[in-house]
Amino acid sequence: MDFDLSEEQRLLKESIDGLLTDSYDFEQRKKYMKEKGGWSQVVWGKLAEQGLLGLPFAEADGGFGGGGVETMIVMEALGKALVLEPYLATVVIGGGFLRHAGSDAQKAAHVPGIIDGSKTLAFAQLEKNSRYDLFDVTTAAKKKGNGWVIDGEKFVVLNGENAETLIVTARTKGDRRDKTGIGVFLVPANAKGVTKKSYPTQDGLHAADITFTGVEVGADAAIGNPEDGLALIERVVDEARVALCAEAVGLMDESLKTTVEYIKTRKQFGVAIGSFQSLQHRASDMFVAAEQARSMSMFATMANDFESAKERSNAIAAAKVQIGKSLKFVGQQSIQLHGGIGMTMEAKIGHYFKRLTMIENSFGDTEYHQRRVADAGGLI
Amino acid sequence: MDLAFTKEEQAFREEVRSFFRDNVPPDTRRKLVEGRHLSKDEMVTWWRILNKKGWGVSHWPKQYGGTGWTSVQHYIFNEELQSYPAPQPLAFGVSMVGPVIYTFGNEEQKKKYLPRIANVDDWWCQGFSEPGSGSDLASLKTKAERKGDKWIINGQKTWTTLAQHADMIFCLCRTDPSAKKQMGISFIVFSMKSKGVTVRPIQTIDGGHEVNEVFFDDVEVPVENLIGEENKGWDYAKFLLGNERTGIARVGVSKERLRRIRDLAGKVESGGKPIIQDSAFREKLAACEIELKALELTQLRVVADEGKHGKGKPNPASSVLKIKGSEIQQTTTELLMEVIGPFAAPYDVHGDDGSNEAMEWTAQIAPSYFNNRKVSIYGGSNEIQRNIIAKAVLGL
Repeated sequence: MDFDLSEEQRLLKESIDGLLTDSYDFEQRKKYMKEKGGWSQVVWGKLAEQGLLGLPFAEADGGFGGGGVETMIVMEALGKALVLEPYLATVVIGGGFLRHAGSDAQKAAHVPGIIDGSKTLAFAQLEKNSRYDLFDVTTAAKKKGNGWVIDGEKFVVLNGENAETLIVTARTKGDRRDKTGIGVFLVPANAKGVTKKSYPTQDGLHAADITFTGVEVGADAAIGNPEDGLALIERVVDEARVALCAEAVGLMDESLKTTVEYIKTRKQFGVAIGSFQSLQHRASDMFVAAEQARSMSMFATMANDFESAKERSNAIAAAKVQIGKSLKFVGQQSIQLHGGIGMTMEAKIGHYFKRLTMIENSFGDTEYHQRRVADAGGLI
Repeated sequence: MDLAFTKEEQAFREEVRSFFRDNVPPDTRRKLVEGRHLSKDEMVTWWRILNKKGWGVSHWPKQYGGTGWTSVQHYIFNEELQSYPAPQPLAFGVSMVGPVIYTFGNEEQKKKYLPRIANVDDWWCQGFSEPGSGSDLASLKTKAERKGDKWIINGQKTWTTLAQHADMIFCLCRTDPSAKKQMGISFIVFSMKSKGVTVRPIQTIDGGHEVNEVFFDDVEVPVENLIGEENKGWDYAKFLLGNERTGIARVGVSKERLRRIRDLAGKVESGGKPIIQDSAFREKLAACEIELKALELTQLRVVADEGKHGKGKPNPASSVLKIKGSEIQQTTTELLMEVIGPFAAPYDVHGDDGSNEAMEWTAQIAPSYFNNRKVSIYGGSNEIQRNIIAKAVLGL
């Protein structure tokens, strides 16, 4: 039992914090947002240069063999700086599918491009009525010769505009909510029959709704077993949830810090408003919420390596519940303590609140995961 | 960063667990599960078993009978103790006055008091709070005046837990009335059997008798009963209160109670089926378990940090333990109330002597709910804890 960072982990943290301090202040972020697809190729290149895009990949695949703690460190830092670049979509999720189930040929085709920053990915999973159930899939992948034909609609695909490759969940057999018969497919974003409608999201990221009309891919497009991919999807999405928990911790840390600084300097009635006990207690409760979230983010990171998939999912669901509750409190109270200025686009704090809020609704909200934990028989 | 327990730590947990299984008297355990009060005999019997094993004062330095365990071992021991459950060592002796004596007392005092604390030959109580001095403890008024080779003590203490059993008291007394608030206080110990000591019970809203008022009327105490230096008592009090940071979360206690809730909720029916089958109830229970898991991890962070960097610098996360720990304890008693519903009402006028068999499983649930309102008040109320976080952590 040891919660301290190792020497290498400390260096990793210093290196990414340093990079983001130099190239990611609030004004720079506004510029990046206006670039194609909503993020900066230059910053992405810097992340690649520091080896961060190759972090979780095996050394044999050209990566650094980093584990859950390393990803946690990076995601916290990205959260703290409110980073727009598609680390989650490309490295955590896209990379996750390739790491866990990619064939040698698939890895050879995609991993080097991820690591050197020349390629990004996007995860096309959400459907109009699927909400948070990963097995609720109507997009169809029908066998044609050795390959597949994909038809269907996917929504709110993060980094959908820029990604070179889409990772698409599609049903190869059975009915809409069957737990078997779901496959995962690599689809080139420029394939014939792929149409995209891109838009910015509430938190300043970019996403796309993507329609697949008779999109033909080869037999080598399927990652893992195309008729039984749910366990793989759950595994990778669990990793995405863990990463989001860590990102939220970074966002909460920065929100709390910014808010405390603000109430120390903002004067009313001739004194700093931070001298008022009602505000002090609110800030203390924000601290408590953020610390509880940090603890559960660590727990989720640890749970990633649990042998039993059931225990892993239950623990990560629990973490997502705690993070959801904490982020709502910290986010809302950050705005409240800022007062009117917190309501403006001009102030940084509102953007933290918005990103936190979107994390709550990603891959299962608090209610959804609380029900999962309850139905799994609890956590004690 | 390595978030798993080592093999040695897991083996230690097994050792502790099997010792409890073999040595905690079954009646004592059952009473704790049901939330009943234990008799003095039952408690002392168990503490002497623990002390014989060498675990009575586990966190004391080895030369005074401690175990030399790591922080994580202490954590495991406490968690197993609380969740078995077995009675925790008497905090007033073992965690409070003991460490003050071996840190600030003279050799004679160490020889005289420490072994008797370890074996509970003396039952100690704490004379800190007064009617006018709650959260503002330093405003206390109880006086100790030097007369020859004696202190003459006059005043009143309150909320004195289990003073009805006590042989000894450690007391904060004002020895220099002219000094500023915190400066004129001394730490004096004396026998509760001394002439002029009167103990009057306070009945709390659960109907129980845990706390007392204690009056001092010209109590004569030998001068050598002063611990440390005269007028430095406030420093020792702060040391004492800061000593037991991690135990206050009482994670094991809440874990045990959550298991009991799940068990009862599988038996008690609502709408023709066990309450546990009601999804709204299940989710509430899950919500509490998740909060507890987060608290457990926060506690482990504090424990691991102490183990690595020593106890000197408080970990900011430790402030969370009291607030969340007490809130969760209170939530568990609320959930128990929800489970038993209308059977919360019957009141056992005979107290908790178990004479009313019809109420065997419900008798202590409402009292326990009432009693647990105290946990967000004592040990520095949760509002005081928020002041501490605001000042010490956030710099407000």
